[in-house]
Amino acid sequence: MCLAVPMKIVELRADGKGVAELGGSRHVVDLSLVDDVRLGVYVIVHAGFAIETLDQEEADATLALFDEIAHEVQPDSPNLNPEP
Amino acid sequence: MSSDKVVQLAHGGGGRLTRELIEQEIVPRFGDGPLRGLPDGATLQAPGDRLVFTTDSFVVQPLEFPGGNIGDLAVHGTVNDLSVCGGEPKWLSLALIIEEGLPFSVLGRILDSVRAAADACGVAVVTGDTKVVARGQGDGIYVNTAGIGRALPEFSLGPERIREGDCVLVSGTLADHGIAVLSARQNMGFVNGPQSDTGTVQRLVMAVRELGAAVRFMRDPTRGGAGAVLNEIVEGRELGVLIKERDLPLAPATQAVAEMLGIDPLHAASEGRVILFCDREAAADILRRWRALPEGAGAACLGTVTRDKGRVILETVAGGRRLVDVPRGELLPRIC
Amino acid sequence: MNYIDGFRDPAVAAQFVRLIAEQGRALAGQGRRVHIMEVCGSHTMAIGRYGIRQLLPGNVELISGPGCPVCVTDPGYIDTAIALAGRGAILATFGDMIRVPGSDSDLSTCRSEGGDVRVCYSPSAAVEIAQNHPDREVVFLAIGFETTIAPVVSLVGEALQAGVRNLSLLTAFKLVPPALYALLADKEVQIDAFLCPAHVSAIIGSGAYEPFAAGYHVPCVVAGFEPLDILYGVNGILGQMLKGEARVENQYARVVRPEGNLKAQARIAHYLEPVDAVWRGMGVIPSSGLGLRAEFAAYDAEKKFGMPVRPGRQHAGCRCGDVIKGKLRPTACGLFDKVCTPDHPVGPCMVSAEGTCAAYFKYTLPDERQGGRK
Repeated sequence: MCLAVPMKIVELRADGKGVAELGGSRHVVDLSLVDDVRLGVYVIVHAGFAIETLDQEEADATLALFDEIAHEVQPDSPNLNPEP
Repeated sequence: MSSDKVVQLAHGGGGRLTRELIEQEIVPRFGDGPLRGLPDGATLQAPGDRLVFTTDSFVVQPLEFPGGNIGDLAVHGTVNDLSVCGGEPKWLSLALIIEEGLPFSVLGRILDSVRAAADACGVAVVTGDTKVVARGQGDGIYVNTAGIGRALPEFSLGPERIREGDCVLVSGTLADHGIAVLSARQNMGFVNGPQSDTGTVQRLVMAVRELGAAVRFMRDPTRGGAGAVLNEIVEGRELGVLIKERDLPLAPATQAVAEMLGIDPLHAASEGRVILFCDREAAADILRRWRALPEGAGAACLGTVTRDKGRVILETVAGGRRLVDVPRGELLPRIC
Repeated sequence: MNYIDGFRDPAVAAQFVRLIAEQGRALAGQGRRVHIMEVCGSHTMAIGRYGIRQLLPGNVELISGPGCPVCVTDPGYIDTAIALAGRGAILATFGDMIRVPGSDSDLSTCRSEGGDVRVCYSPSAAVEIAQNHPDREVVFLAIGFETTIAPVVSLVGEALQAGVRNLSLLTAFKLVPPALYALLADKEVQIDAFLCPAHVSAIIGSGAYEPFAAGYHVPCVVAGFEPLDILYGVNGILGQMLKGEARVENQYARVVRPEGNLKAQARIAHYLEPVDAVWRGMGVIPSSGLGLRAEFAAYDAEKKFGMPVRPGRQHAGCRCGDVIKGKLRPTACGLFDKVCTPDHPVGPCMVSAEGTCAAYFKYTLPDERQGGRK
């Protein structure tokens, strides 16, 4: 029920709102529900509002974990994907 | 007429004001060629034995959107339909239904775009009509174009020619027009946002002419997007299509906004792309020819034709498979 | 796209599928079937969109829960909205609500019959509409769970600040934790674990699920909406089940904190107070909704116009209630695909893009749609 995407803050405006970017496209977002927003921070945007900041360290840690998982060598793994 | 004047009902009444509108807006832009002298109909030299003929109406909102407006859309839409039927577009009719109150400045920009697009496509607007309806009875302006072209002898196109194992190619990124228009309607105020891909596909079609029978069928994925087109082609048939999510060509801004609004790019329109079914042996050649054109830079192989009766299936990036359904109802942004 | 693409890596997905298969086999060896309820509509959508059900072993089942605010909205709410439009109000709504069936009609039909219904991506658009139409009343259809509640209720503050008086909210806000209690209390619903919502959890915090893990011995894994997040989440649940654990595990720590978003929580508490709410198919759940506090009554459409929402009527054969509780698979509903389709939906589970039935219909291959298998 909560379609939201991570977007990078590229501008902070005088009226307290921010400009966030995803895929090169920039869009004004309301920042009143989050603290500590600086340029370069990623926020999760739902219905035009930032509802949280993305913790990049945690994100990178999760991605690193996924990377480890991807590189585990499993010599005799059966192919579990559905037959074409 | 000064730029802050608006179209009035009387401009459609057939009298002096109608004459003025025609002479000031239509004749300067389209009055060379068969429209000179404003005959009731255009008399044209038939271009060959077989003709391709199509019509389309355009009701897009907003009238002007990132990347284009209803004017060039109306030209490209009809020209592209002629092209994907294997035709060489030659002539267009242009019918306008204008809502009272439309500023002449907007009308002017739209008609300028029609002329520019027609020139770029090598077609002429040879006949047309103008009507005006009362305020509230139209969305600014509705446009209809009908087009005639010469059927190119090299092509013999038809969905019945598609075979299992054929490749499904697309000439560029998907969903750009649909997402651009939707985000403009939502007044989301994007900067560097999605841009419509409205444009002609003629050169893309001409580029594969020599491949003849290896080209089975073509469509342009307009309303309803690639999802609608692919489903229409396989519905009720013995064949299906398998496409791969990782191969879907998407422009970054379009993909980003589709994610934000919760829209499936397979359901959003393109207005300058071709989806082409071909013999798999010809796929690499077609992609090479397309990629040599600026409008074909993003050309890609979407997938293959299968024996999965009547179904369009997407192999997702997670490795699972799911149906690509026909889009249901209007494209609406969602929060859930 | 940054922080999105990395969570969609096919190679990692394949590895998770393998790990899940291994754990599934181990559980099967113990004679166990696992029923994981994914509460949130956005999870239902993502699972459909990425074809995830198909990748799971036969003894691991994902059940869609009531976390679709559209699906749990009573038809009477739509009736009241239509009535307001009939009195000349401009309805501003999220796109999700447009085709939800009321007792007799829906907003799409209302619009085609002349009702002024406008779709907004952001609730802030409603303030602009109100400012542009000072002579009309604007009513925002304020539905949603905790993620949406904070942005929507901000409308009241924006309106107050801008001196806008012709704007009000027709509220049907709902809370997730009370629904979880109700589900766990229902003997006919079998839930072994929860895949907890990503963004509701961002607001309420992963700590909100501690009472469920501890009190009901169900693993609660908070997972994001990307395909790797979901697979990682399922894998985590199976891991806990194999070890007999029942913990809250926050796998979406890049966004979710244990305490949640305190600022958002404060704003919600400032404007809203708990109310009993009717959940379509589940009945009244006490204190499971939020309504505007008395001092903001001027922005409460029901009070402003004297039009309280009353329960509406549903199609007699509609089983959406059982579907959202996970008691019934869409394919087992007598109306599914025969009478009730996305083009002619009977109930909200088929209307909502993230409704369980719509997701099944749109995404699931027909030969997967048997009653027994997922």
